[in-house]
Amino acid sequence: MAYISKRNRRKEKDKEIAANNRRELIAAGFKRRDLLKMGLLTSAGMLIPKKGLSARPLNTRGFFDDDEPNSPPTTPFQELMPRLPVLQQVPLASLNPQPTAAPNTAAGEARTVAHQAFAQFPPQRYYEMSEQAGTVLMAPQGELPPQTIWGFNGRTPGPLIVERYGVLGQPQNGSILLRLRNNLPVDNGGFGLPSVTEHLHNGHTPLESDGFPCFFMERGQFYDHHYPNVLAGVNSTHPGTGDIKEAMSTLWYHDHRIDHTAENTYKGLAGAYILFNEFDTGNENTGFKLPSFGDGQNPLTSFDIYMVFNDKVFDSVTGLLKFDLFNTDGILGDKFLVNGKINPVLHVSPRRYRFRWLNTGPSRFYQHFLLGPNNSTKSFWQISTDGNLLERPIQVNSSRISVAERVDVIVDFTNDAGKTFYIENRLEQQDGRGPTGNVLGAGQGNKILRIVVDGPAVADNSVNPATIPAGTYFYGFPNTTDQARIVRTFRFERGNGQWQVNGQLVGGCDAPPRFRIKRNTVEKWIFQNNSGGWQHPIHMHFEEFQTLSLNGNPPANSGIIQRGRKDILRLEHNMEAVVYFRFRDFVGRFPIHCHNVVHEDHAMMVLGAIDDVGDNKTQP
Amino acid sequence: MTDLKRRSLVAALGAAPFAAPLLTHAQAPDANSKFKQVSSRERTRQRYFPNLILTDQDGRKLKFYDDLVKDKIVIFNMFYAQCEGICTPVTRNLVRLQNVLGNRVGKDIFMYSFTLKPQEDTVSALKHYAQMHKVKPGWLFLTGSVEDMETLRRKLGYVDPDPEVDKDRSNHIGVLKYGNEPLERWGGCPGMSSPEWIAEMLSWVDWPKDSAKAKAQANGGAK
Repeated sequence: MAYISKRNRRKEKDKEIAANNRRELIAAGFKRRDLLKMGLLTSAGMLIPKKGLSARPLNTRGFFDDDEPNSPPTTPFQELMPRLPVLQQVPLASLNPQPTAAPNTAAGEARTVAHQAFAQFPPQRYYEMSEQAGTVLMAPQGELPPQTIWGFNGRTPGPLIVERYGVLGQPQNGSILLRLRNNLPVDNGGFGLPSVTEHLHNGHTPLESDGFPCFFMERGQFYDHHYPNVLAGVNSTHPGTGDIKEAMSTLWYHDHRIDHTAENTYKGLAGAYILFNEFDTGNENTGFKLPSFGDGQNPLTSFDIYMVFNDKVFDSVTGLLKFDLFNTDGILGDKFLVNGKINPVLHVSPRRYRFRWLNTGPSRFYQHFLLGPNNSTKSFWQISTDGNLLERPIQVNSSRISVAERVDVIVDFTNDAGKTFYIENRLEQQDGRGPTGNVLGAGQGNKILRIVVDGPAVADNSVNPATIPAGTYFYGFPNTTDQARIVRTFRFERGNGQWQVNGQLVGGCDAPPRFRIKRNTVEKWIFQNNSGGWQHPIHMHFEEFQTLSLNGNPPANSGIIQRGRKDILRLEHNMEAVVYFRFRDFVGRFPIHCHNVVHEDHAMMVLGAIDDVGDNKTQP
Repeated sequence: MTDLKRRSLVAALGAAPFAAPLLTHAQAPDANSKFKQVSSRERTRQRYFPNLILTDQDGRKLKFYDDLVKDKIVIFNMFYAQCEGICTPVTRNLVRLQNVLGNRVGKDIFMYSFTLKPQEDTVSALKHYAQMHKVKPGWLFLTGSVEDMETLRRKLGYVDPDPEVDKDRSNHIGVLKYGNEPLERWGGCPGMSSPEWIAEMLSWVDWPKDSAKAKAQANGGAK
């Protein structure tokens, strides 16, 4: 926010005034007792009415400087925005020990549950990554010291996993296995727990591979994740193929260690994952003709670009990444990173691009606009909600993404040669409770990424969304009219400074599941936010949902798009949302939780299960 | 992490008392030397653990960092003796937790309950409260000046961003914070979580299993 930089200047001035005042008072021979008598200190002592008298003036919100973002200055728009490197396959023979359906505990595998779909969808391709410390530069050389992060293969964001569904009728051809090793150090540099579980966010994944918060691996262990990459319905409503309307495009992976997800993802343990198929092909000459992915690196052939957004704070003394250890509300940064760099620059050619925007948090909500010359706002086409294609592209001026949400957009720079744009967040947010609701004016927000249209002219065979005839262009949405087996209510609230769902705490890893969903059934859930001034991005693992109503109204299909297949419900102030789920194909344990990862780590979570019996708890 | 580094860490963990530079974080020097090289442990101390003088239920004066936090596994919560609401169930829950943790409480694990109402909670009031709940050694009920207790509350994050909500002391009761100071592992959880679950959370910040410290605890018959 613009006001963050203002606040920094104000704080510096406050400090100066405070120091001067104290010097004057000391010079005048006043003692503490005198100040009290004079009424310059309250009876409470610390809450000094004249802010300028305190060595550490509390700001208007009653916080110490150290509790506010006060990063050292950095120069924006100097460094190129990195394109995420694509993770390369490894030969099966290189995996030692060889993967097994049953957990290989003896060899150091942390998994405790056998792969449930290993025989049906045997892995066709293999990957291996190490979760380990790495050293990176986040700002231009010399402005911030090298940062020690925790990342997949030592990188943050981690490598981009690019995979394809099997063609319809051959679902096994999409199946992969990802082996992860925990090589994190004991020394955490101040925050982070070297005990991890990796969640493939939005994957239709057998739950032993999904990254359940309690299925963590310790240092020195490994964990084999089996990702069949199959369409929902493959073992139920659409046997042998799955429902193409359930195809997913833009996913991500991140640490999900119970109670320690915020610090571990903030420290870098997050990466991106995309899925293509014979419609969303990655080639603009075929299928839906969306801008080509190419090799993901070459600017002359790669027009499908994944952008990972997050906000961070750096210590004003050491210049190192700083995490607020005792914050329970939510953590806001004053530095905005894209693909690991603070305020980078992207050069593009005058043509259409597909951008995939992901917000990894920890707690900020964004509303991205494209700021053009003379404070103009350039419209673009939103084609997905949470990485799942809409019925057709929708022209918008902005997209809102709370933590963990994704949108895919098409931006048409065809007629913009020579111009400069910025991805600008205009959603005002002052603390971890959520955005204020105020959308700032053009040029008043955070300019996060500079986009310069100075690349060479290149052919553009991608579809022009403006010319698509009326009606469904992509897959269309699955129906939401089947009878629900049960309607359940989840009430998110705050009491005595702690989070509760339906008046209960998270329980624990050894507690029995709070509720059980019957496999291959439909459920309707009601999410209620009774927590006053707070907003929560509520995430359900394993299945995405469609929103039936928000406060009694149908989800919006224009402006801030709410209609679509989603895995995050932005639960706003005093909102009641009704959503429609279809739980198919696989079983196991899963969480529902707030994806403000600070709230999540403070028990804003319910642990449930999918099995073949189910239960009838309407308020789990 | 190499084996060598791990071995040196384990050796260091066996040494008591802990030396301050232990587990300092390797920092590459900045090109412009704009920044100070301060260990993360030291920065955490500066930021969250002011060395305030507190008084326990036995009237002992104790420095918050030097005497209560440094080199220890600690559990924090907020309370006040006359609290009608959630204080009593949380305290009772922590009594059960103290039993679950056994004789490690007072050895390397310490429990600290900080009063939100230092005006009311005199040493004798704290003593009475501790006796009423039959707390054992290693669990201190702490008071101090109004100013210091307010500083501590804010430093440890028992704060609500809404000033009106923040004024209601009962809104700061429900959360435990815990951590291992030299290992720099910190977490939080609801105060009403089951004692067994809290003990499991503490195990995540415990000394590395093969450290001399952990072995000493095991030989001492913990639990």
